[in-house]
Amino acid sequence: MLVSLYGGCRSGGGGAGTREPKRHYGLGSSATAADIATRDVDVAPDGEGLPPGHGTPNEGQGIYARQCASCHGTRGEGKPPLYPQLVGRDSIAEGFRFGKDPRLSKTIGNYWPYATTVFDYVRRAMPLDAPGSLTSDEVYAVTAYLLSANRIIPAEATLDSATLAAVTMPYVDRFVNDDRHGGREVR
Amino acid sequence: MQQHSAPASDPTKAPGAPTTPVGSRSPAVTPARGPTGSASGSSFTPLQDFEGTITPSDLHFEVHHAGVPTIDPAKHTLLVHGLVDRPLLFSLGDLKRFPQVTRTCFIECAGNGVLAWHNGPFGKPDPGLTPQQVAGMTSNSEWTGVPLKIVLDEAGVSRRAKWFLAEGGDACLMARSIPLEKAYDDALIAWAQNGEAIRPEQGFPMRLLLPGWEGSASVKWLRRIELGTRPWMTRWETATYTDPLANGTARQFSFEMDARSIITTPAHPETIAPGWRRISGLAWSGRGRIARVEVSTDSGLTWSNARLEEPVRSKAHTRFTHMWKWEGGETVIYSRAADETGYVQPTRAELIRVRGAGTQYHFNPVYGWRVLPNGRVFFYGAT
Repeated sequence: MLVSLYGGCRSGGGGAGTREPKRHYGLGSSATAADIATRDVDVAPDGEGLPPGHGTPNEGQGIYARQCASCHGTRGEGKPPLYPQLVGRDSIAEGFRFGKDPRLSKTIGNYWPYATTVFDYVRRAMPLDAPGSLTSDEVYAVTAYLLSANRIIPAEATLDSATLAAVTMPYVDRFVNDDRHGGREVR
Repeated sequence: MQQHSAPASDPTKAPGAPTTPVGSRSPAVTPARGPTGSASGSSFTPLQDFEGTITPSDLHFEVHHAGVPTIDPAKHTLLVHGLVDRPLLFSLGDLKRFPQVTRTCFIECAGNGVLAWHNGPFGKPDPGLTPQQVAGMTSNSEWTGVPLKIVLDEAGVSRRAKWFLAEGGDACLMARSIPLEKAYDDALIAWAQNGEAIRPEQGFPMRLLLPGWEGSASVKWLRRIELGTRPWMTRWETATYTDPLANGTARQFSFEMDARSIITTPAHPETIAPGWRRISGLAWSGRGRIARVEVSTDSGLTWSNARLEEPVRSKAHTRFTHMWKWEGGETVIYSRAADETGYVQPTRAELIRVRGAGTQYHFNPVYGWRVLPNGRVFFYGAT
């Protein structure tokens, strides 16, 4: 018998405590630990998903020069709009004035709220012509270089799963959840 | 005088062309997306070339973050894992065995309207913009797929789960964190668009579809859904797709698309003649149905309700029309949408007041078209 009924599922709206029977179709196949491990590359701000390994800004500088600089510039200045500026803590853009002035350039240092996002994105998507080709140590090193160049971590720091998750970005507190709800008020 | 060939001059005097496996547009009709050619850019849909509400699939706007992947549907699977009782893999064939729904809704990029907004934010927006350039990052399709909640219940979602990560199978593994409530509201895993398989540019063989929400959250080429307790803070929900505000903050997870409208004719670069003509355009809201669209033909002095073409669907493009007798004088024509929540499309000045000129994404102000005495029509964005 393929079809069975079971309770305990979530119901519409995510309300707790309500239960309604859901049909179970028995479709799909079981995913093995290996199936999951080969795809589960995400990293969260609490450090979950960060792999073993480590890297320093010094190691990352060389990797950046070979793998990243041709698009993002030798010092992370970017080639907008296609290749964003990565490095920049100049006083003009500092202070999170982006809402007032559209000419300001967002960088990792002056905008990105989480350091783990740098690791996550580089591991997913970079370098552009060979995504997924960097080792975990190389991703840690490039992340360390970019954070150091943005004056987030000291040049002598070593990043690993613990030290990366412990980094607090300068403007994380500026990010607020959406407060638009429709209705008469324009927000 | 040039001699026309017989079939072109009188198609009733010679047999026509035979049947063909796949139809094509008349050579006299050449709608096109633009600009094209960038793997991590966008191409806008030619809104001014459409009637009704459905966007032809081959003209659906595009935004890609690492190009369009070539995916073998026989090898593609969707992994559902994380805070679930049973991690599962679904093939396209598996998903097609579930109950399915078909619904019409728009997908709109959060950046739709960026050219009209940032092209002179401290001055006057470019009068040479067309409807395609002003608002061409929205498209409306009939989508078919399985409700996401059915697939999640198959895996058995833990009560601790509050968010899920949706990840695509493109070269950047594009990924967005989505509140689980949306899965249990109206989210789909779609595999068909306007009656046939989704096109590669729209996510073949399967995509997430979150009606009414910014397009980037409807992750294309969907290959993985992970259930978790909190968002993952990917690049596309932190560094991009966040909205800086004038008060020194940035709005994150700004999913819902505010109501907006645009007149698609008359519009730049048309030249119109005096007399009666139809004003026609599109209106939509990410929060439900369009309640009314008001049109002004006298530079905003007076407004009247446009006629809404049935059916008026929730979170879908709605066609509005208004008959207008142009007497030949200079004027600006406007449209202003309101949705069923009571939200009224604001002016540009109002949006700058509440968000700041430097804000990004969710640009939905009332815009106009200036009609000159000689009948030429130009974009008017300084509302």
